Amino acid sequence: MAFVSSGYNPQKPMENRITDIGPRHFEEFYPPVVKKNKGKWLYHEILEPGVLVHVSETGDELYTVRVGGCRLMSVTHIREICEIADKYCDGHLRFTTRNNIEFLVASKDKVEPLKKDLASRKFAGGSFKFPIGGTGAGVTNIIHTQGWIHCHTPATDASGPVKATMDVLFDDFQDMRLPAQLRVSLACCLNMCGAVHCSDIAILGYHRKPPMLDHEYLDKMCEIPLAIAACPTAAIKPAKVELADGTKINSVAVNEPRCMFCGNCYTMCPAMPLADDVGDGIVIMVGGKVSNRISAPKFSKVVVAFLPNEMPRWPSTTACIKKIVEAYSAGANKYERVGEWAERIGWERFFEKCELEFTHHLIDDFRDPAYYTWRQTSQFKF
Amino acid sequence: MAKHKTPLLDQLESGPWPSFVSDLKQEAESRSKNEKGIEFQIPVDVCEDLLGVLELSFKHGRTHWKHGGIVGVFGYGGGVIGRYCDQPEMFPGVAHFHTMRVSQPAGKFYTTKYLRDICDLWEMRGSGITNMHGSTGDIIFLGTTTPQLEEIFWELGHNLNQDLGGSGSNLRTPSDCVGQARCEWACYDTQAICHDLTVEYQDELHRPAFPYKFKFKFDGCPNCCVASIARADLSFIGTWRDDIGIDQEAVAAYVGGELPPNGGSHAGRDWGPFDIQKEVIDLCPTKCMWLEDKKLMIDNRECTRCMHCINVMPRALRIGNDRGCSIFAGAKAPILDGAQMGSLIVPFIKVEEPYDEIKETVIEPIWDWWMEEGKNRERLGELMKRQGFQKLLEVTGFKPDPRMVQEPRHNPYIFWKEDEVEGGFQRDVNEFRKYHQR
Repeated sequence: MAFVSSGYNPQKPMENRITDIGPRHFEEFYPPVVKKNKGKWLYHEILEPGVLVHVSETGDELYTVRVGGCRLMSVTHIREICEIADKYCDGHLRFTTRNNIEFLVASKDKVEPLKKDLASRKFAGGSFKFPIGGTGAGVTNIIHTQGWIHCHTPATDASGPVKATMDVLFDDFQDMRLPAQLRVSLACCLNMCGAVHCSDIAILGYHRKPPMLDHEYLDKMCEIPLAIAACPTAAIKPAKVELADGTKINSVAVNEPRCMFCGNCYTMCPAMPLADDVGDGIVIMVGGKVSNRISAPKFSKVVVAFLPNEMPRWPSTTACIKKIVEAYSAGANKYERVGEWAERIGWERFFEKCELEFTHHLIDDFRDPAYYTWRQTSQFKF
Repeated sequence: MAKHKTPLLDQLESGPWPSFVSDLKQEAESRSKNEKGIEFQIPVDVCEDLLGVLELSFKHGRTHWKHGGIVGVFGYGGGVIGRYCDQPEMFPGVAHFHTMRVSQPAGKFYTTKYLRDICDLWEMRGSGITNMHGSTGDIIFLGTTTPQLEEIFWELGHNLNQDLGGSGSNLRTPSDCVGQARCEWACYDTQAICHDLTVEYQDELHRPAFPYKFKFKFDGCPNCCVASIARADLSFIGTWRDDIGIDQEAVAAYVGGELPPNGGSHAGRDWGPFDIQKEVIDLCPTKCMWLEDKKLMIDNRECTRCMHCINVMPRALRIGNDRGCSIFAGAKAPILDGAQMGSLIVPFIKVEEPYDEIKETVIEPIWDWWMEEGKNRERLGELMKRQGFQKLLEVTGFKPDPRMVQEPRHNPYIFWKEDEVEGGFQRDVNEFRKYHQR
């Protein structure tokens, strides 16, 4: 493995350096039909799950075949996507915000062969490479974070629970039988780089044990004031600690009952790890949305305080999600999102319909906003 | 023969949904065969070791990645996230496994030529594993070693005309919805402004000068497909000020069952015949619609543009023509002080190149305030909570508007300023005492 220089000269890093050029211009990548009809689209229709047509005022049509993709993707897989796009789409494609891949063709007769090809491709292990779906009143792809594949703070994996959940919800990825679209998201810790807090169903990794203190190394590895300042509940204070050999060192002490397990201290100070095989697991949140359709955007609410990490397929988590989806499907009105349904029937009824236990953990006790979630009316259901 | 046994991960190869484990295995195999004779610049068995360390995490129920450490490319403070394995002896191929964020094109359209170029680069100089895409929107290169960072950056800039994205306390790579490129509801060109601001603010994107991260996201309409209102410090949501366009013939076609409601999105269940009263008029949040002689009437002044009627009858109803966007400030995920939705700061603004009004009256005054007053790791939304919405008005100079609030304040504890009260605060207590005994 010989080192191959790109042309960069480490002795003269500024020589011919190119910086701040930004991303490539989007117009380079538009298919011709998009370039021609941008801003002129009149309407669209979902012809079947995963297949859309957009019709322009010029009379042009654009057919989209949407397939689920793993956000974690190898170059071999991307090249296979390219091969398909070259064969059917004149070398054009796009990705969606939710990690789906969209193959775009300008005429209807190209749709069937493309679909057939996509549906026929499977990984060696038997799973589909390019399942068609993810449109309309169904479940689309789960947006998620890195998890154990690449992150230092996760309380659960991401790709694993996503694969397990999408296997369980797969029929609804390829169908449109639900009352409205249902967005599932996963964040492997409450930093939520995936911003799952406004999802119909959110799978959230959560720690439940306060940080361990690596006293001997803490002052060497961390800026103690930064670790203290990082704590949102002021649970961390400076402390002098005597090591077993009698040396006195600067470290921190954690007021454990005050800890909300956010891991913010660990982000600032690696000598305060939280991860724990038993302590860590999953919180299920429900009823959020980002659309302004009918009702305002909503936050997701915690409906299951904890489910264990059960590798490799997280059966308690997927069973819980399936139960919620089925109750929603049976109970909600057409166009009603999960959160709108729960608000209409009342959350007391939601727990009954979803057969979920209501525990004290589900009553908000975090600062001012908590008060606004308690019931201040005599109107409730028995 | 796999380098590490992965009995737990192997169980994620079955089932219909695409298996990332199968994909990682195929990449591992491709590297080990190396049919194209590539001079891999990082360990050839990187994917095997990635599978190995992930299997160990599945066994332990804990991650095996350490904190970042300061790595990057010269002159940039973002775009590279350092990552090291905490079991480097067991998995030397991923001992150093840094992430690079590559600024994605607005709209996420690609040509296969570009994707292949990216793949060739990353196969040779990295793990060959990507995220398409990361949550914020970047193309993510997942896993390379420190000596390759400058090489990759050089090749991106010189050969692919492509830059890195944001990370750390920077502007993060802005992202947008598909917009006018393929959507009839986009009220402005999301790609154009997303690209323009990304290029304009390259310095903020690459060189950390902010208290914490800062995100722009561009939604073409209130359906909010990129979730800007939930996660962008400045969220741009398309809207219009005039009337919804109505094609009464198409309305009749929906009522008559000739056109599928909601663009056919509910075809998986028999919901019965379309009922415009029940499915559109009664669900309108402002009840501003009614039928008159089989014609759909809208009192547009009362409409709050929720998109429901347009979503249900895309061939009959169209967004208005006086288009622009609303701007919301301060959305963020829960860390630290709880989740926040974006709050409306600009009810309506035109979105027209070169976007000077947006840059000069919204973005830059807000940045100046936040950079001056924001504490370390304080998002804009938290600063807004700490110093108040009125402070945001003060720094931007926008006039207070009832559209900015859900409802007026619940308490009368108004912090009157001295110059707002006639005569100011300085008074003579002795003069007062002439009329009021002690």
